[in-house]
Amino acid sequence: MELSAILAIAQRDFTKLLRDVPRFIGSLLSPFILIGVLGGTIQSIQGDGIEYDYITFVFTGVLAQTLFSSAAAGVISLIEDRENDFSQELFVSPVSRYSIVLGKILGETLVALPQGVATIIFGFIIGVPISAAQLVALLPVMLVAALLGSAFGLVIMSNLSSARTVNTVIGFIIFPQFFLAGVFAPIGALPPALELASRLAPMRYVVDLARGIFYSGLPDSSAVVVDTPLTNIIVIGVLFILFLTAGTWLFVRSERNR
Amino acid sequence: MPPIIRVENLTKRYKKARTNALTAISFQVAAGEFFALLGPNGSGKTTTISILTTTLLPTSGRVIVADHDVTQDPSLVRQEIGIIFQKPSLDRNLTAEENVRFHALLYGLYPYRPSYGLMPKTYKAKVDELASILGINNEIFNPIKTFSGGMMRKLEILRSLIHQPRVLFLDEPTAGLDANSRRALWSYLNEVREQKETTIFLTTHYLEEAEQANAICIIDQGKVVSYGSPEEIKADLIEEYILIDAADRPKLLEELDRLNVDYSAEGPFRIKSRPHQVHQLLKAIETPLTIVRTHAPTLEDAYLEILQRSSWN
Repeated sequence: MELSAILAIAQRDFTKLLRDVPRFIGSLLSPFILIGVLGGTIQSIQGDGIEYDYITFVFTGVLAQTLFSSAAAGVISLIEDRENDFSQELFVSPVSRYSIVLGKILGETLVALPQGVATIIFGFIIGVPISAAQLVALLPVMLVAALLGSAFGLVIMSNLSSARTVNTVIGFIIFPQFFLAGVFAPIGALPPALELASRLAPMRYVVDLARGIFYSGLPDSSAVVVDTPLTNIIVIGVLFILFLTAGTWLFVRSERNR
Repeated sequence: MPPIIRVENLTKRYKKARTNALTAISFQVAAGEFFALLGPNGSGKTTTISILTTTLLPTSGRVIVADHDVTQDPSLVRQEIGIIFQKPSLDRNLTAEENVRFHALLYGLYPYRPSYGLMPKTYKAKVDELASILGINNEIFNPIKTFSGGMMRKLEILRSLIHQPRVLFLDEPTAGLDANSRRALWSYLNEVREQKETTIFLTTHYLEEAEQANAICIIDQGKVVSYGSPEEIKADLIEEYILIDAADRPKLLEELDRLNVDYSAEGPFRIKSRPHQVHQLLKAIETPLTIVRTHAPTLEDAYLEILQRSSWN
């Protein structure tokens, strides 16, 4: 029964994405804007001073970032849901709260994946050199990025009391991570305070993992990758379990205890 | 038979609140009964229904719904109840059938299958049945956003009945519906109640809806101010009196004193009186009267009076 419910919750999220055409198109376009417009602009400012291909660098960063933040925002939206129409139905059903959380994480991970695919397609279009081996290796990374993002979203959501704070918090907690995680600029040599902040930003590990995998064996690797993929995977694993348990516990506790 | 809902000294104070949202309220609902919880906005109706439907924890007191404690065994309670919320809780992006399927999967009635075509035959038969009751055999696969408000409400009720709840909670279900849809909804609900013997727990501020109830509990400012059958409530609060006045007030009063009748201090004068005593009293009064009016309030007058009384206390 719980498994059926988890799958039904996940499927609903995905179906909703497909039915909401403007949202679907918007979500597919956001990586284009980040790589094409933001990446392109920054590249033109930097000029030819850097020794690696900047667009490829931004592409790998945006790929991981998109999956992470889209999944996080999706899970955080559960609190918005809670205050309107539909999820009341979810919360009064006999399904365990843990299943609701798992279904939501699975669902938002599925919702984030098409964005990852769109990012890769855009990468091809603008001529980022992606080999078949790199492509295959990136797929599990995309999944990992989305899963960590949704677990991160869960912790944030559990600590929010109302939907009104959601948008502020998303801007406050996700946006700075774009820079702390090194999506647009390398973070190999940061001043100590920023270094600490960067280490605390969960998005950093998925971005670095994506680059570690993408640049594996390439000459640019040492310039763009900070930690080894193994290190990143271990940190991501620990964070995921931590976020999931703490987030679920907080969520279950705060939901009825108002 | 033990009551299907038992509320004992239920108190709720929200976190960071200075006053109680509910103070030691108690009531019972017998199985198969139609129970109405009445009260003005902010009286604690929604808080009560949230606790009874396990989405909110009580501060103290005990609540038993369908033989289970809402604090200790919320998921057992949830299996036995159905809820219609104030705001429609259908997913507008999904079709009617998808909404029903989602509900069925949440309540573990069928195993998960990714599409309607792959669902078991028994499920499809159930959907057919629902569609014909609603007369939407063609539209059942259309998105919910194309449905009218009354139709959505009906679909919600049908959906909430597919797991055969023992208690159906309705939180102001007719708010925002026109008179026609409201009447249609009620005749349908009465049918359901007769056929399935479902207990109905209603919150409302429409008195005519409560008038059909077996029992009414009126709450105000988080306290029970009146509780009983509609007749009992009326009898309890309905003060029947006659109102009289005369051009020559001193003479009238003198006469009333002589007849040993109690009257209100200011004119026109209220005299407590049962209907059968009116004639005798009027016959006894010789002073020419300028006003004679009998007062027999409706349930609505009664309700307003109860609330007024409670705010004075």
